[in-house]
Amino acid sequence: MRAQVLTTAFLFVVAVYILLPVWWMVVSATKSAADLFDTPGLWFGGDLHLAGNIDRVMSQDGGLYSRWLLNTLIYSGGGALGATLLAAMAGYALAKYPFRGRGVVFAIVMGAVLIPAPLITLPLYLLESRLGLLNTMWGVLLPCMVSPFGVYLARAYAEAAVPGTLLEAGRIDGAGELRIFFTVGIRLMAPALVTLFLFQFVAIWNNFFLPMMVLNDQALWPVTLGLVKWHGIRTGFLRDAVVTGALISIVPVILAFVSLQRFWKADLAAGSVKL
Amino acid sequence: MIGRATNRAALIFLLPFGALFVVFFVLPIGYAVNESLYKLKRSGLGFGTPERVFSGLANYAAVFRDDTFLTGVRRLLLFGIVQVPIMLGLALVLALLLDGHAARFKRFFRLVYFLPYAVPGVIAAIVWSFLYTPEISPFGLDLLDGDVVLWSIGNIVTWTWTGFNMLVIYSALRAIPRELCEAAAMDGASAWRIAWSIKVPMVRPSLILTGVFSIIGTLQLFNEPTVLSGVTTTVSKSYTPLMWSLQVALDNNDYALGSAIAIVLALLAGALSFLFLRLSAWLTRRGVM
Repeated sequence: MRAQVLTTAFLFVVAVYILLPVWWMVVSATKSAADLFDTPGLWFGGDLHLAGNIDRVMSQDGGLYSRWLLNTLIYSGGGALGATLLAAMAGYALAKYPFRGRGVVFAIVMGAVLIPAPLITLPLYLLESRLGLLNTMWGVLLPCMVSPFGVYLARAYAEAAVPGTLLEAGRIDGAGELRIFFTVGIRLMAPALVTLFLFQFVAIWNNFFLPMMVLNDQALWPVTLGLVKWHGIRTGFLRDAVVTGALISIVPVILAFVSLQRFWKADLAAGSVKL
Repeated sequence: MIGRATNRAALIFLLPFGALFVVFFVLPIGYAVNESLYKLKRSGLGFGTPERVFSGLANYAAVFRDDTFLTGVRRLLLFGIVQVPIMLGLALVLALLLDGHAARFKRFFRLVYFLPYAVPGVIAAIVWSFLYTPEISPFGLDLLDGDVVLWSIGNIVTWTWTGFNMLVIYSALRAIPRELCEAAAMDGASAWRIAWSIKVPMVRPSLILTGVFSIIGTLQLFNEPTVLSGVTTTVSKSYTPLMWSLQVALDNNDYALGSAIAIVLALLAGALSFLFLRLSAWLTRRGVM
């Protein structure tokens, strides 16, 4: 009994620590700029100013914020979709076709898993400036579609979930290889691919470095980059807009998280890595 | 059936990923390596277009001689030695408690701890930077002061990643056969004893995995200090080596040196991960863990 109370109390304290910044964000999004300074940080101010703050975020700099939200959706959604499809195809090929050189291809992919993406962002920037991709959406989208770790996972999924006999049956029925993949292979891999999509979505949504390097034009920025730039204006006159903007941007993702809980299989991602 | 048709199909499946992989992954690395071997040489008075000359490993020597780099690396090592054990220790304790019998509201806690994973690192850094700014901080402290700002960054990283690491360890704990723990309990082992002698050794691979992730993450520390450098002068634009590589490349237009820094960091990350793996293997053999 005593152990139960102590344990739960400890877990509760940690939960308070985790929720503290979120709570502060919610409370602050309802305050006017003046109240941010004058009222206690962890409780609501005199008057409810949420509508005014939302209005401020949406109208600041000619309505850039809603554009940033849309861009984020394009980068994270489009990039994750592309990355998942490419990884699924490559992983399926590595698992199901014993072609020559397969071992070498797989070894290269595994080597790439160990190289952290931020460390190649600077050379990527230099390369993109040569290719004329700087300051375009493709300059962010295309690199985000390359996920060696995704290929590694997709290969493991394909090996476990797609029986070779089913592919043979398809071939005997005269179906082409592409058709077999899109009607049989991808369906059997689907649950794992949803997980892969989610991980990739969050990874791109988290990636701030690449858009920061590649994009000059404010209208192309994702919401993270826009908020950092607003935040970095030292006079702080945009504080209320930054707080409210930060809150608005994470609400849909948190809701998606809670509703898609069953697809968050960390063990799928982590457990399959043998060390 | 290993025919030419299937070989061609495999090629078609690999091609889209392969093409993008070569252009956006392999080429930049080759480009950086090549770039790092050259130096811009200006004529005596600095007029005229500088000449690009092969300089071997001179840029790498320059990286290791630079005080900014050495200070940055020392800072990261200090950060890693303190922050990583705290974060992973907390993640392990939380995972063990959520896996055990003593806690209540486990589903709720698990969800709350995982919540920061949905918040991008830079947004977490923005919110914490408000909480650190003396004029609006509810704590009434200056957490952006030069003496403590490194640990304020550590707090942001801990807040963001503890839950994710906890979930990785927790997933491994759930895979341990229940009978094993029940048998130990029947033999009179305490919950502590079961946790330390059965559960922790069995989730060792996931602890090592989170350890490697954290080491690599520490060396590429960028987002949090970059956000803080926008609101305080105690965090400079060259606070971490990765930030410095950008400053060198973009502000000073020295792409060669910037590329050399990035390559050194990648090699350092690889070397430290390798050492960590060797160390944990050694500890296992000695029966420490």
